[in-house]
Amino acid sequence: MGTEKLKSDLMPGTLDMMVLKILTRGHLHGYAIAQLIQQLSDDLLRVEEGSLYPALQRLELNGWIEGEWGLSANNRRARFYKLTPDGRKHLQAESARYRQVTGAVARIMGFA
Amino acid sequence: MSFGMIWKRFQHRLRYWAQHSERHQSLLEEMDFHIQSKTQDLVGNGIPEKAARAAAHREFGNMTMTAEEARATWIAQWISDALQDLKHAFRGMRRDAGFTTFVILIAGLGIGASSTIFSVVDALLLRPLPFHDATRLVWIANEEWSIQVSQFLDFREQNKSFSDLAGVAGVSAGDTELTGTGEPERLTSSPVTQNFFTLLGVQPMLGRSFTEQECDGKVGNPPAAVLSYGFWQSRFASDPAVVGRSLTLNGKPVTVVGVLPASFDFASLFSPGTPVDLFVPWPLTAETNQFGNTLQAIGRLKPGATTQNAQAEFTLLAKRLDTEHPERNPVVPKLTPLQGHVNGRVSPALMLLACAVGVVMLIVCANLSNLQLARLATRQKEMAMRTAVGAGRFRLLRQMLTESVALSCCGAVFGLLLAVASTHAISHLDAFNIPLLASVKLDGNALGFTLLAALLTGVLFGLLPALQVRSFALAEALKDGSRGSSGHGHAWVRNGLVVAEIAFACTLLVGAGLLIRSFLGVLNVKPGFQPEGVATLRVDPSFRLSGLPQQNSYIDEVLARVRALPGVRAAGIADILPLGGDRSWQVGAKGQVYPRDQHPEAFMRVVSDGYFESAGIHLLAGRGFTEQDRAASEPVAIVNETLARTLWPGRNAVDQIVTQDGGRRVVGVVADVRHMSLETPGGSEMYRPMRQTSDYPAMNLVVRTVTPQEQLAASIRATLRPLDPNLPMGRFDTLQALVDKAVSPRRFLVLLLAGFAGFALLLASVGTYAVISHSVNQRLQEIGIRMALGASATNLQSHILLQTLGLAALGLALGMVASSALTGTLDSMLFGVTPGDPVTFIGIGALLIVVAAVAGYLPARRASRIDPMVALRAN
Repeated sequence: MGTEKLKSDLMPGTLDMMVLKILTRGHLHGYAIAQLIQQLSDDLLRVEEGSLYPALQRLELNGWIEGEWGLSANNRRARFYKLTPDGRKHLQAESARYRQVTGAVARIMGFA
Repeated sequence: MSFGMIWKRFQHRLRYWAQHSERHQSLLEEMDFHIQSKTQDLVGNGIPEKAARAAAHREFGNMTMTAEEARATWIAQWISDALQDLKHAFRGMRRDAGFTTFVILIAGLGIGASSTIFSVVDALLLRPLPFHDATRLVWIANEEWSIQVSQFLDFREQNKSFSDLAGVAGVSAGDTELTGTGEPERLTSSPVTQNFFTLLGVQPMLGRSFTEQECDGKVGNPPAAVLSYGFWQSRFASDPAVVGRSLTLNGKPVTVVGVLPASFDFASLFSPGTPVDLFVPWPLTAETNQFGNTLQAIGRLKPGATTQNAQAEFTLLAKRLDTEHPERNPVVPKLTPLQGHVNGRVSPALMLLACAVGVVMLIVCANLSNLQLARLATRQKEMAMRTAVGAGRFRLLRQMLTESVALSCCGAVFGLLLAVASTHAISHLDAFNIPLLASVKLDGNALGFTLLAALLTGVLFGLLPALQVRSFALAEALKDGSRGSSGHGHAWVRNGLVVAEIAFACTLLVGAGLLIRSFLGVLNVKPGFQPEGVATLRVDPSFRLSGLPQQNSYIDEVLARVRALPGVRAAGIADILPLGGDRSWQVGAKGQVYPRDQHPEAFMRVVSDGYFESAGIHLLAGRGFTEQDRAASEPVAIVNETLARTLWPGRNAVDQIVTQDGGRRVVGVVADVRHMSLETPGGSEMYRPMRQTSDYPAMNLVVRTVTPQEQLAASIRATLRPLDPNLPMGRFDTLQALVDKAVSPRRFLVLLLAGFAGFALLLASVGTYAVISHSVNQRLQEIGIRMALGASATNLQSHILLQTLGLAALGLALGMVASSALTGTLDSMLFGVTPGDPVTFIGIGALLIVVAAVAGYLPARRASRIDPMVALRAN
C-alpha cells in the first residue's frame, strides 16, 4: 500500500485537527510537522506542502496557533509554531466531534 | 458566536491585513526552509544533491502559488461570504423590483446632487487657484475700488511684505475693435502691468509676455498684445503662427507677442461672465497717473509675511502717502488673500448648498431606512429561517448591510450619470457671473467622493434595520401569534425616523423659503429703468472721430436711421449701461465748499437724447436732453434724485449749477438707477449730454422696440452699414440680459436650494405615507375589532389622521426650533426679509401640515373601508 496523500477528500478539518494535536508536543516548524504526521501515521499519511502551509496560515489567522522565528537544529532560521489556549480548546472540541462522526461512520460500516 | 470572539477574530484579521507584505515575505522564507530541510534529508538518504533539490522543489510545487493559496484561505472565505450576500441581495432586489427601483431612484437623486455640489465646491473653494503658489497671492484694492498709478508705484517701492506687486486696470468689455482681415469684431481687453503674468507664475504657451519697452508707450496705442487661449482658438483656429503677426486694433497696428495657456482663465476669476480676449500693457506713466484710480493690485507675499501684517503695513504707508501727497487721490488699502477675493462672494452660498445637500442625504437615509424596516417586516419568515439554519447575529447583520450597500451603490451609478449631466450643465452656464464655474467637472476627487457617499449612505440607511433584524427573526420564530406586537418596538423606531425626516425637511424648506422670498424681492426691485423690450448694441465707429462736429453728425445720423426703423419706439446712446461700470467723479454744487474727505461723488454717465425714453428712466422734474444740447449751446446736466437731494437738500435742483466742466446748469432730475447690483441702492448719478463731450468710454445704442431680437439686429446692421462699413456687429444684448446676469448667482442658489427643498418635502411625505400605511396594515386585526364593536368610519379616519398629525407636529416643532436657531446664519444672503420672517415660517408650517394630512388621509380612508370580517380572518 502506497502513501496516502492528505487531501480534501479526507474529512474537512482533519488536517487542522492533526496539526493542532502534533503541536501539543511543543514548538515545531512546518517541515517537522509534516515529518511527524508521516512518522506517526507509520508513513500512511503524507501531508502535501500545498495543503500544510495554507492550513498553518488558517490556524494562525483564527488565533489557534502562534508562529515565531527561531533557529532550527542545524542553525537555520525557521518559523516555529505553538498551540494557543484557544487552539487547545478548539482541539478538544474538534476531537470530540471527530470521535462522534467517525464512530457514526464506523457503526454504519459495521466496523464497530 | 459571542461578540468578544467576533472582535478577537476581527483584530486577528486586521493584523493580518496590516502585515500583508511582511507576512508574504516570511511565508516564502518559511517554505524555502522547508525545501532546504527536505533536500538535506534526501541527500542524507544518498540521493545526489542536485536531484534531491529538484525532487524537493517538485514536491513542493510552485512556491508562489502555494504562498498565494495559503494566503487566500481566509480572504477566500470572506469573499465567498460576501458573494453569497450579494447574491441574496440581488435576488431580493429582483423579487422586490418596485422597492429596488424606488431605492435606486431616491439614493441616486441624493448621491447625484451631493456629487454635483461637491464638484462645485471643489472647483470653487477647495482647489487652489491655477497660479504658482497661489496661497501667497494677495488682492490689494482701494476699499472696493482701484488705486492711482503714483500710489501703486510708491506702494511697490516702499513695502516690505511683498516680493512684487502687479496691477490690472480692469476689464473693458467690447472696447477694442479688431478690423483688417476677416469680419470686424469687438473685443474685450484687459490692460495689465508688465510683470502681471510673471507675478502670477503664468508662462505664455506661445511667444512671451510684455517687455519693459512695450510698457512705456501711450495708452490707446499699445505696441503689443497677448491673446487669451479662448480667443486664439476661436479667431485664429489655434494657429501657432499668430505670434509675431500684426493686428489692427482700434485702427492701429498691434503685434501679437504671445498666447496664454488654457489653464489661465483670467475671466472666470476676475470678470466672471465676461470673457477676456486679449491683454495689452498698462504703462505706469504720468499719463496713466492722470486717469485717477485705475489699478487693482496683486502682490506676492515674501516668505514669512502674512496678509494681516501686510495690511497693517499698507495702512500705515497709505496714511503717510496721503499726508505727503495731498494732490493724489486718497487711498484706503484693503488686502484680501486672492482666493478669498475670487470666491469670497460665493462661498457662504456654497457652504449653504453643501449643508442643504447634506440634510437631503440624511432625509434620504431616514427614508430608505424606513422602507427597509417595512420590507423587513414582510421578510420575517426568511430571517427566521436563516436564524434557524444557524446564521449568527453577525452574519445576518452583514447580510443586511451588504444588501443596503449594494442598493446604494446601484443608486450611485444612477447618481453619477446625473452628476455628469449636471456638472456639464453647470460648467456651461456662461451667463452666470460666478467665478470658476467653467472649471466645474466630475474628476477623480468627485468620483472618490461619490463612492464614499454611496458606502456611507448604504451603511447609514442599512444600519438601523440591520440592528433590528435579529428581533424580527425572533419574533417570527416565537410565533406569538399577534402581528401587532412584533411591530411595537419597530413602530417607535419608524415613527422616530418620520419625525426626523419632517424636522429636516422643515429646516430646509424654511431656508429655501427665505431665499426664495429674497429672490422674489430682488426681482421686484424697481431698478429705475424698464429692461423689457430694450436691446443694446455697441456702435462706436471703427474710424477715429476727429472732433465734436464729426462726432455729433455721426450721432445724429445713427439715431435718425435707427429711429426710422419700423417697430422702434425710442432710441438713444449711453456710454455706460445700467448695472455695468462704476466710473465716479467728484461733483459739487457751485458756491459750496466741501471738506477734502467729504466731497460728494457721483457716477458719471454720458448719454444722448432719447436715452431716458428708451431705457425707461423716469424724468421727475425739468426736461431731458434734446438734439439741441450741442457743443455750441449752454453746458447742461441732469442729476438723479439722490444727487439732487445731496447737493441741494430741500431745494429744487432744476436750474442750479454744478461745478463740473466749469459749470453746468441742471435742466432735469431723473429717477435713481441701480448700477452696482439690484440689491444696493443707486447712489448719486450725473448725466451729461453726449453731444457736449468726447470724454466717454463707449457708445451703446439703446433701443426700445417691439420687434423680435434677431430681426431688429439684422435691420440695425443693414441701416448702419453705410455709415461705417467696418462697424463690428458682434454682441447684441438686451437690458433684460444684464438684469438676469446681475441676479444670476442668486438665481443659481435659489434654483438648487428650492430643488433640494422640494425633494426633501417629497421624501418626507412619502416617508410619512409609508409609515402610516404600514401601521394600518399591522393593525388590521385591531381595526377589524374596533369596527365590529361599532367604531364608525369617521372615527377611525380621524384616529389615524390624528396619529399622523401628531408625528408631523412633533417633527415640525423640532424643525422650527432648529430653523429659528439656524436662519440667522443666512442673514447676509437675505434681501427684504428677516431671518425670522413670520410669513415663511407660518407658510412652511402650514404646507407641511397639509402634506402630512394628505399622507395620513390616504391610508386612513383605506382603513375605514376595510371589511371587519375580512380583517378579522386575515390572521
